[in-house]
Amino acid sequence: MATDFIGKPKNRVDGRVKVTGKAQYTAEFHVPGLTHGVVISSAVAKGKISKIDTSKALALDGVLQVFTHENTPKQAWLDLSYKDMDAPPGSPFRPLQDNKIRFSMQPVALVVAETPELARYAAMLVEISYTEESFETKLIDNLDRNFAGKGWRAGYEPPKSRGDFKEAYEQAAVKLDVEYFHGAEHHNPMEMHASVVIYEEDGGLTIYDKTQGVKNSQHYVAMVFGISRSKIRVLSPFVGGAFGSALRPQYQLFLATLAALELKRPVKVELSRQQMFSFGHRPITIQRLMLGASADGTLTAIRHSAYSETSRFENYMENVVNWSGKMYKCENVEEVYKLVKLDMYTPLDMRAPGGATGVYALECAMDELAYALKMDPLQLRLKNYTDEDMSKGKPFSSKELLACYRQGAERFGWEKRNPEPRSMKEGHNYVGWGMATGIWDAMQVPARCQAVLSVDGKLKVSSATADIGTGTYTIMTQIAAETLGLPLENVEAKLGDSSMPFAFIEGGSTTAASVGTAVKYVCDKIAENLLKEAAKMENSPFCGADMEDVVFEDGTIRLKREPAVSVAITEIMRNRGLHSIKKKSTVVPNMLKQKSYARNTHSAVFAEVKVDEDLGTIKVTRVVSAVAGGRILNAKTAHSQILGGVVWGISMALEEDSFMDHNFGRFINHDLEKYHMAVNADINDIEVIFVKEEDKVVSPMGVKGLGEIGLVGVASAIGNAVYHATGRRVRNLPITPDKVM
Amino acid sequence: MSSISKEKITLKINGTEQQLEVEVWTSLLDLLREQLHLTGTKKGCDHGQCGACTLLLDGKRINSCLTLAVMHDGSEITTIEGIANGDELHPVQQAFIEHDAFQCGYCTPGQICSTIGLINEGKAKTLDDIRDLMSGNVCRCGAYSNIVKVVQEALERSEQA
Amino acid sequence: MRSFTYTRAKDVPSALQDLSSHQDAKFIAGGTNLLDLMKIDVMKPRHLVDITGLGMKSIEERKGGGLRLGALVTNADTAYHEQVEKRYPLLSHAILAGASAQLRNKATDAGNLLQRTRCYYFYDTATPCNKREPGSGCSAINGYNRNHAILGHSEHCIATHPSDMAVGLAALEATIRVTGPQGEREIPIADFYRLPGDMPQKDTNLGEDEIITAIDLPSRGFADNYAYLKNRDRASYAFALVSVAAGLEMDGDTIKEARIALGGVAHKPWRKPEAEAMLVGKKANRENFMTVADAYVQGAAGFKYNEFKIELARRSIVRALMQAAKIDQ
Repeated sequence: MATDFIGKPKNRVDGRVKVTGKAQYTAEFHVPGLTHGVVISSAVAKGKISKIDTSKALALDGVLQVFTHENTPKQAWLDLSYKDMDAPPGSPFRPLQDNKIRFSMQPVALVVAETPELARYAAMLVEISYTEESFETKLIDNLDRNFAGKGWRAGYEPPKSRGDFKEAYEQAAVKLDVEYFHGAEHHNPMEMHASVVIYEEDGGLTIYDKTQGVKNSQHYVAMVFGISRSKIRVLSPFVGGAFGSALRPQYQLFLATLAALELKRPVKVELSRQQMFSFGHRPITIQRLMLGASADGTLTAIRHSAYSETSRFENYMENVVNWSGKMYKCENVEEVYKLVKLDMYTPLDMRAPGGATGVYALECAMDELAYALKMDPLQLRLKNYTDEDMSKGKPFSSKELLACYRQGAERFGWEKRNPEPRSMKEGHNYVGWGMATGIWDAMQVPARCQAVLSVDGKLKVSSATADIGTGTYTIMTQIAAETLGLPLENVEAKLGDSSMPFAFIEGGSTTAASVGTAVKYVCDKIAENLLKEAAKMENSPFCGADMEDVVFEDGTIRLKREPAVSVAITEIMRNRGLHSIKKKSTVVPNMLKQKSYARNTHSAVFAEVKVDEDLGTIKVTRVVSAVAGGRILNAKTAHSQILGGVVWGISMALEEDSFMDHNFGRFINHDLEKYHMAVNADINDIEVIFVKEEDKVVSPMGVKGLGEIGLVGVASAIGNAVYHATGRRVRNLPITPDKVM
Repeated sequence: MSSISKEKITLKINGTEQQLEVEVWTSLLDLLREQLHLTGTKKGCDHGQCGACTLLLDGKRINSCLTLAVMHDGSEITTIEGIANGDELHPVQQAFIEHDAFQCGYCTPGQICSTIGLINEGKAKTLDDIRDLMSGNVCRCGAYSNIVKVVQEALERSEQA
Repeated sequence: MRSFTYTRAKDVPSALQDLSSHQDAKFIAGGTNLLDLMKIDVMKPRHLVDITGLGMKSIEERKGGGLRLGALVTNADTAYHEQVEKRYPLLSHAILAGASAQLRNKATDAGNLLQRTRCYYFYDTATPCNKREPGSGCSAINGYNRNHAILGHSEHCIATHPSDMAVGLAALEATIRVTGPQGEREIPIADFYRLPGDMPQKDTNLGEDEIITAIDLPSRGFADNYAYLKNRDRASYAFALVSVAAGLEMDGDTIKEARIALGGVAHKPWRKPEAEAMLVGKKANRENFMTVADAYVQGAAGFKYNEFKIELARRSIVRALMQAAKIDQ
């Protein structure tokens, strides 16, 4: 069958536009008369603007306006109006609404000029005086102000304890009590955040925005500026990476909209790379793991506590400790998750939020426990394996983790491992092998899709979702083409346009399962319609045929029991005088079915490191990541997603650290030279395995989503490998050379 | 008050000679993106720290964000828009697609120009050389292993040629 | 960036004339660090003299041996120059350990030497920095000082010089040729860079009215026994935590002369000739190398986040010397 695409390693359908430079990202949309906005960032972390002098900037020819808190019209006053789909509980930050400084690098003015160079120059001429106030930015110094975050947040589950941890821990034959720490990280997608807002003659707005959800941006602008949603169209056809940074509408959208409305001119606001460190980060957590086990390695007690930072104005919450209640069989679990308010911007979901950090600590602690038990780390995991999420008291809808362990270990050669630290050496390098388990949620959320089939056999499917490099365009195309039996070239997937049917923000590994299903359903509807029309054709062999009796392939409908009998889709449409068939689908998860199960993706990660005995240089020479991620829609793009996740894990383990200078309350290494992320030379062999996993619960197509799982567990496997190599347990990320020297 | 002076220059961009009047503070990158609307060359940091703006200047790969347009009178510039031969993709472009050597695509034009620059330089002999000499192009999606496959393949092709 | 005027110089005299006749004027060639700093308002020249038309783009043999590197030869052309690779592989390696291929294609040799520190605070105009704004204070001393100096720093500045090439040149004892209104002069690289003292705004002893025209490499290149070792926080495209340029002149396993220059540890490439002299006449072995390494870091003082560099420098010196002596590949 030539139209069988799902699961195949198909090339990205947007590949050609991307390799020719024709894919247009937000800042690249040009309209005549476009003006350029440059944001001025606060130099202080807390206080008030005492004076702001814009006269020198305004005196330049071509400078149109400098927006400050003094001349910005007041916008909506209800907090609710500023709440976006990813907003945590609290009062969202409102740019330029008063003279208060709440965090360092807060936007304090927008300079708009005819050219970008002029706007940047004028921004240097704006003189601002601040009245500084004392501030707190250091989590560890403020733990006494901790509190339990309340309120609802999408995807957040409050910590949940069970059994009697204290008693079990006291009784445990082997105990472990360790603290783990990691620095802050910033998303740093390669494309900087930008918005282009075009003021239309009818007072409407056409907005190009870097976003993971055009509907989210549209909603925000409508609510904040009091404009009817029908007059706002948000477009975001290509997103140059985001990793969570574009889940919330960032301040450049507010500022560009404000300026466009006030000046009645098109305005582009593109943040600088330095400003990419000004609006949300993966928060620092201080975690403590207490594990108790019997002498045979049976886990009897787990306590996982975490302190995490948040802003003064919102309570950012993520699932850090919850994984410890799900991953292993253990009767007595205590989970504690506390927030501390600091004078910084609200943290922001960053690839595998909570999981990347919480599982990091748990899986390193498990390694420590294995050593305390004199047990192989993999055996310890197997010993405590569970098919049930005990925190929910529900079975997993599917969990092929054992296959991940088995296949990953085999490929890696784990059985050859000598458990003794510092037992393997090559030249100056100690060689270490470590492993860890990974887990993430498999979620499906509501989504809509529209499909239009034309008489020429071309199909357009559209949904207001995003493709941030994840391959959404491609899987939408594959699903649609296979469902209707069309060649890939005949299908055009459209997304990133708020005028399209609803989709949630693209995050949490939900899109493939959610939008993918909506695409499938809408194409099924078209298929049914086609069959109905085919049946109406003269002397139709499809008369009385049900959907079960036919297949859609190679551009035709074919009878299953009589494969020689087929009719071309184009023929049906021509014959029936149909110019096009248009259908819409709305898919909501089958809650009834899903609520009886815990739904997760799993992985087993094995890593080899080489650590220089004198210089502490760490090289991750080999990683094997075996993933149980449900049905794989595209073997090629899925592989890339896991590769990317592993690279993130290496980068997180060894390099990334947004360093807050507490003298200034400011992330001080705020550019890509000083904030290190992995470069090509850091990456060596990475092998990805997808184990077979069928699941009819997570989503109708059995898709689980792969955006986060590739990252979770990687930093632990590396940390554990570093211990195996050197005998040194580093409980503080990133593991830089000085920590192992 | 006028802010900046202008100079007339001639640039040959993707094979076409253009007479341009540029403000002296305009970077080569901003000239391409903002004035000529050749947006294939990307801005990822504007400070030479990411490589997204890589293009070929007289055959050599450079960061176009860290040079002034006015300083290149008479130069020949090849951007990603000039890499393919009409509708026919350059083998390196095709290889980026086949090996899925990108995800979001934002660093891709720079990676492609950098790959072609690397081949022109002829200095990469080993796998480690390739990794080091491609390290000036950051890919946040983490497609490095696939990018390396493309470069290896391109090097083999250039050796055969 | 701020507004500036721009002229193209045709020759050295007119370049110097252009420079002196404009207020706050700077030369621009590769531009890779100057424009970087102008964009964030750290450097604010009001006039740029484009010197790319001055020639100075060739590498030539010097009378009596050695090579002359034109000031405007790119880093890439220098590192990959046949004679440099053959006679001064230490320099090739040092250059190739720095920046990225793209930057090396644009950055010039003179510009490389004149690049500014990568201190976080120097780069952030929201914070005090004596190098950027004399008298404003040093934020690094009590701040994040991971990439800062452990040797030769002052209470006013603890910045490091970021160049790898300069470290190689220091080990080779290159000479910087400069031209000014008074004519030509030569500055040995050992005297080219300054310690911060109470004038950290001044990186070098190059006059405000002078231009670098060439870098002279002496005839001896330590091509048989050399190493350039660079430690950094990622495998490529990062500045050095500690780097070591080592060159040995050997007679069998006996050392006739040793050159050791450290990068990433001070306001300038760090040499300690009296420590190097300790190796003369000695056998090339780990023990002797450790002695000299100890001597090199004697008097080093770290700060909260870079204390480790002292030990790292010690170990790196030993490793680099072992590599140079080919005891340890």
